[in-house]
Formats: sequence, C-alpha cells, structure tokens
Amino acid sequence: MTTDIGTWIAALLTLCILSFLYKDNPFYKFAEHLFVGVSAAYWACYYIYNILIPNLYNPLFVQGQLLYIIPLALGIMMIMKLFPQPAWMSRFPLAFIVGTYAGYNFITYLQTYAIDQVRATLVRFVALESWQEFFARPGAVTFLSAIALPVVVVGVITGLVYFFFSREHKGIFGGLAKTGVWFLMIAFGASFGYTVMARISLLIGRVYFLLHNWLHII
Amino acid sequence: MNIIERFEAVDRRIIFLLIILAVVIPLLFPIGLKIEVSDPVQRFYNAIEELEPGSFVLLSAEYDASTMPEVYPMNEALVSHCFSKDLKIVSIGLWPQGVSLNQEAMEQGAREYEKEYGVDYVNLGYKAGGIVVISALGEDIPTTFPQDYALRPIEQFKIMEGIENLDNIDLIVSLSAGDPGVREWVMIAHGRYGKNVCGGVTAVSAPAFYPFLNAGQLKGLMGGMKGAAEYETLLKQTGTASAGMDAQSIAHGLIIFFILFANFFYFMGKRRRR
Repeated sequence: MTTDIGTWIAALLTLCILSFLYKDNPFYKFAEHLFVGVSAAYWACYYIYNILIPNLYNPLFVQGQLLYIIPLALGIMMIMKLFPQPAWMSRFPLAFIVGTYAGYNFITYLQTYAIDQVRATLVRFVALESWQEFFARPGAVTFLSAIALPVVVVGVITGLVYFFFSREHKGIFGGLAKTGVWFLMIAFGASFGYTVMARISLLIGRVYFLLHNWLHII
Repeated sequence: MNIIERFEAVDRRIIFLLIILAVVIPLLFPIGLKIEVSDPVQRFYNAIEELEPGSFVLLSAEYDASTMPEVYPMNEALVSHCFSKDLKIVSIGLWPQGVSLNQEAMEQGAREYEKEYGVDYVNLGYKAGGIVVISALGEDIPTTFPQDYALRPIEQFKIMEGIENLDNIDLIVSLSAGDPGVREWVMIAHGRYGKNVCGGVTAVSAPAFYPFLNAGQLKGLMGGMKGAAEYETLLKQTGTASAGMDAQSIAHGLIIFFILFANFFYFMGKRRRR
C-alpha cells in the first residue's frame, strides 16, 4: 500500500464517489461538493492567469496596445448581462461573437462536412483495389472491406430519403425510407456500444488506480 | 412473486456489483485475451512508421483528467513510438490540463529512450482559442507560441530552429476528448493547409470520426482504451490499456448477457400478462 498522501486522498475520494452506487450518503455528498468547489476555484484561477492576464491585461496595461480597449469594452458589456437594467448591452458582444464565428467557420465547415464528405461518398462508389484484394484473398474481412463503400453510399441515400418529408413514405419511396431507418438504428447501436465501452474504460481506470497506485496489488 | 416477476424487479445494485466484479477479477487474474488490431489503428501506426527519422510530429493534447484512462495510454504509446523512430515531437495543448498530462508522458518516454528536452521534444503549452490557434499555427508557430509551457523563450530550443509554421510539420496528431480537438485539426490543418492528421479520441466520440477516416481527411484513428490497446499491441508493449482489455471484454460480455436476459424476461412477462 502506498504512503503517498495525494494517492490516499484520491483513493478515498474515489471510494466516496463510488459509494453512490449503493445509495446517496454523506460521503458522496462531501466528495461531490468538494469537487464542485475545487473545480470552480481551479477554472477561475486558470482563466485569470492563462487568458485574461496574457491576452488582455499585459497587452493593454503593460505594453500599452490601445486597440485592446475594444475587447475590454466588449467584455464589460458581456458582464452587464448579470444586471437587469443594462442587460441589453450584452447583446452587442454576443452578436460580435456569433457573427465572427459564423463568418470564420462558414467556408471551413462547408469544405469539411459537405464537399469532402460528398466527394468521398459518391465519387468513389466502388473501391476496385478492395475487390482485387477480395479475389486474391477471399475471406470475410476482405469481403466486408470490398462492400464497405457501396454500403456507405446506400446508407447515405436511404438515410437522406428518410429525412425527406415533402412526400409520403409509401411504395418504393417508403421502402427506401425504411431501409434508411435500419441504417440509422445500426448507427445508433454502434454509437451506444462505443458509449458503453467508454464508461467501462473509465471504471477500469479507477479500479486500476485503486489496485495499482493505491493498494499495489497489481 | 414468480421467477419472472423477481427478475423484472431485480435490484440494480446487484448489477453494479456484478459489473465491478467483472472488472476487478480480470485485473487481478489476467486471462490474456487476444487483441486484434483494427484497420484505423493500423493506419495510424503506418502513418508514424512512414516518417523518416528526424521528421517533426506536432502532438496536440486536448484531454483532461476525466478522460485519462482512455487517452493517456494513447499518449504514452504514441510518444514511445515517435521516440523509438527518432522523430521530433513539438507538442501543444488546446485544453489546459492536456499540457501537463502530455508533458508527463513525454518525460517518461524521454527517460526510456534517452531523449533531451529542447532537442528531441518540446512542450509549447496551452493557448486559448481552439480553431483560431490552429489557424495561427498555419501562419506562424513562433509568434503564436513565443514561450514553452514553463515560460522559457522558444528561441533557446534547438528543436525549434527552422520551424516557422505547419509547412515544417510532417504529421499532426491530436489526442482529444472533445472540442476543440480532432474535428478542428481536420477542418483547419487538413482542410486549409493540406496537412496529414491522425486522431486519438474517446470511445464515445469515435463513431463521429469514421466519416473523416473514410473520406481520407484523417490518416488514422484510435478510439478509446481499445484503440490504445491495439496500438500497444502493434508496438509489442504491455501498457495500461492492454492490461484493461480483459476486464473490458468480460464486462462487455456481461452487459450483452444482461441485455439478452432482461429482454427475455421482459417478453416472457408480457406474454404471461396477456
């Protein structure tokens, strides 16, 4: 068992949090409140020393760059949201942020999420090299690799058909929409599987910490 | 109360206890289940393997303590791989806590492979701004990060000689647990500057990055602890991710059993009530 005081505190707080699995109790409440308080203090200090001071205080008050009065004024206007009377002033910095962000990201999002994705999905309907590999080494893995692209294309088209609400989902159109729902369900299932994996990984991380770093039994 | 009703009303604490046992027992008594390497991880590994010794890897750490079990093993494995191939690591953090976690992984790797800070690797620290920081790196790295994480001027580090912007970087790796992270690197570094980007992400977010991989916007992808374990397998190392894989597999098996079991008794109960 370790003699490091930091590891002991971390281990006991981990047990306090895990005790919630049995039922709500004072140990859990203590650890929860401690976490909230420490996090708030940590982030407050971090924002002051890593964002406000180097990005605003130093350029404006130490180096005398007067242009920085603009972000200072916008920042103060944003804080006005906390007061009912001058709350309207916060709309200006918010509008500035939304406008800048939208303009900055418009082209990049279009390129990343639309043009490149459509090109990858529709331009290469069949990957010939994958089929060549399948015929050279027939097997389940090479077959799945070969049909991957057509499956993606069918999934995209039928998924889009499902979200096309201007026409009733009947006949061939309904069949395509139903196929799209199947693709969506499989995607949600895969996503849920990954979520389960992530949560179990976090539990493994904590248990590994208790057994390895604290108790030294593995 | 018959057996079906009993199972329908099972105390959830029993399920918690079984899950904890499914995790603890394999950690205490490892079975050594085989770890198969998936294609996205193999591509990540190949992207590093293809680099010549002396090439520059920009390692960006966008995670914190809450996702450490998943992302930190990736960080360790990646640093180890880079140092074993004599690659130079220039690291930054778009998340504040990522800087210190990444530094810890690099120091550990440096001790193992006898690498020197400022010559073989450097940590430029944290900068707020996410996507704007990445854009700025594309234009001018020394202006964006004039100091390292310990506030030392970067001119004093040999590794930074000749590094002006992303053109001087051979591969970008983002280890991310959210935004800003891999998504922003793909959007700016790949989309605008045409750089090769690899990503290591948490399992929760991994499915969202497969379209990037399919479109060639990502060179390789590691997802969650499983991805890290596969990378360790490729490196022929046994790290914390590999150690957790037995527990992961058994816990997954148990959850699958619970789902089937619960559905079976749910439908049995429904039938009986009819």
